[in-house]
Amino acid sequence: MLKVTNLTVVYDDLPVFKQLAVTFAPGKITGIIGPNGAGKSTLIKGMLGLVKPQSGSASIAGQPLNKQLTRVAYVEQRKDLDLTFPINVFDVVLSGTYGKLGLFRSPGKNEKKQAAAALEQVGLSDYASRQIGNLSGGQLQRVFVARAIAQKADIIILDEPFVGIDLKSEHEIMQILKQWRSAGKIIIVIHHDLNKVTAYFDDLVIMDHGIEAAGPVAQVYTPENIRQVFSDDLSSVLFTSQAGERG
Amino acid sequence: MTSIANFITALSRYDFLQSALVTAIMVGVMSGIIGSFIILRGMSLMGDAISHAVLPGVAIAYMLGINMLFGAAVFGILAAVLIGYIATRSKLKTDTSIGVVFSAFYALGFILISLAESSTNLHHILFGNVLAVSDNDMISTAVVLALVIIFVIFMYKELLITSFDPVFAQSYGLNTLVIHYSLMLVLTLVTVSALQTVGIILVVAMLITPAATAFLWTNKMHVMLILAAILGVLASVIGLYFSYTFNWASGPAIVVVAAVGFVFSFLFSPKQGLLFQHRKEPAKRDA
Ligand SMILES: Nc1ncnc2c1ncn2[C@@H]1O[C@H](COP(=O)(O)OP(=O)(O)OP(=O)(O)O)[C@@H](O)[C@H]1O
Ligand SMILES: [Mg+2]
Repeated sequence: MLKVTNLTVVYDDLPVFKQLAVTFAPGKITGIIGPNGAGKSTLIKGMLGLVKPQSGSASIAGQPLNKQLTRVAYVEQRKDLDLTFPINVFDVVLSGTYGKLGLFRSPGKNEKKQAAAALEQVGLSDYASRQIGNLSGGQLQRVFVARAIAQKADIIILDEPFVGIDLKSEHEIMQILKQWRSAGKIIIVIHHDLNKVTAYFDDLVIMDHGIEAAGPVAQVYTPENIRQVFSDDLSSVLFTSQAGERG
Repeated sequence: MTSIANFITALSRYDFLQSALVTAIMVGVMSGIIGSFIILRGMSLMGDAISHAVLPGVAIAYMLGINMLFGAAVFGILAAVLIGYIATRSKLKTDTSIGVVFSAFYALGFILISLAESSTNLHHILFGNVLAVSDNDMISTAVVLALVIIFVIFMYKELLITSFDPVFAQSYGLNTLVIHYSLMLVLTLVTVSALQTVGIILVVAMLITPAATAFLWTNKMHVMLILAAILGVLASVIGLYFSYTFNWASGPAIVVVAAVGFVFSFLFSPKQGLLFQHRKEPAKRDA
């Protein structure tokens, strides 16, 4: 169980959320949804200590999460990296093995195998020696997913991983997430496409500067909750079209 | 050509010239390597700042009669910490914070040096005088070179990932601040070594120009490091030759040679060379 308690994050005197509490279960794919600026990315950053929370923390089995970050694989939301950096696709994926290696040890045969396998899983083996600036946006995103695979983590956190990715790749990545689910890992996905909520997630967290609702999808993904956080219109569009599909 | 022969004869004859050559080579290697990280991290301005900010440390070390490296390390790190502190504790951007801190340190350094009443020394510190390096200087330079190589070999993957993707590095628990300040410490030591050959004003050129030139030729970081080191050595040795032969100050001589190498690469390198790009376009239209 990944447990967040009493988490308060403040940017420039403005709290994004206060005393937030939520849990993430192993063997489940948990979705986080909410409007832009709701604090989804900030929740993750606060949990990992990438921003310093004013109070609270995340813990796993009672131990602070930020003391065992090598167990976490985190793919940031759309990052503005230096795409002219002299590094190729393979070496980016290989950097996924750095955490478990620790200081002073360099990646060896095993790590390279791990990276090659991860690259294979996202279907980018042919691009291994490309400089990273010579990829499309979607391919680059898949490289970061491959790096997360290479991390061999117990807790996987993806912040809008499907943005700019084609449907086939999205499907393939979902398959990987489902394998992780069977292996009992904790999987957290921040996602914008509400149409996919029931298909992709077991549990759902709805955020709007705090937790609005959390629990199994069937209980949380309701017209009332969507209306409250998003809008009446969106709620009626989503839920009538779904009813239409079913009927 | 006879001047090259003269240079070589002089090398075999004069100890001071041998020391100069060895020092110049060592400085070329270390500044190429550390400079590569500086430019890959987008920290050229920081490199410039730290290299100027060591001046008070150099002056104080001179007054106390201790090795310049110690004084420089203290003030270099102090400047790096202050720059970071001001940038994170205010809404000022890092380049502004750099501008305030380094100019203050530099000014303080001038005052301290004038207190030490050593104008010849000031000239050497500002413009470099590789022909006057002592055996002790050479030994400290060798120690710094060894340190740089050990640092880069043992911290290679940490330096790579914190340069390329620092948020990812933090997300798996790497202490990126420790890496940053370690690099700043090594940078101050390299600065003091390079100060002998090119002087404080031009240290930044030794850090940036060979590394930038190397960047134009390769897509692999380890190749860039090696190439930058080689280019640093070439610039240093050729610059030393001009300095000795035409009695130019060693700093400007070395830096001008490095700059010529950059211009050549800017025009002809396959990755970004202007001429190469012009040649590519018509080929595309053919297809
Ligand atoms: N570095 C920052 N400095 C100041 N304010 C920030 C910073 N990052 C985010 N915020 C603010 O915090 C709030 C939450 O941002 P966050 O990025 O967590 O939202 P989000 O739910 O991930 O949104 P999106 O769907 O757009 O990704 C927003 O109001 C945003 O303006
Ligand atoms: Mg976000």
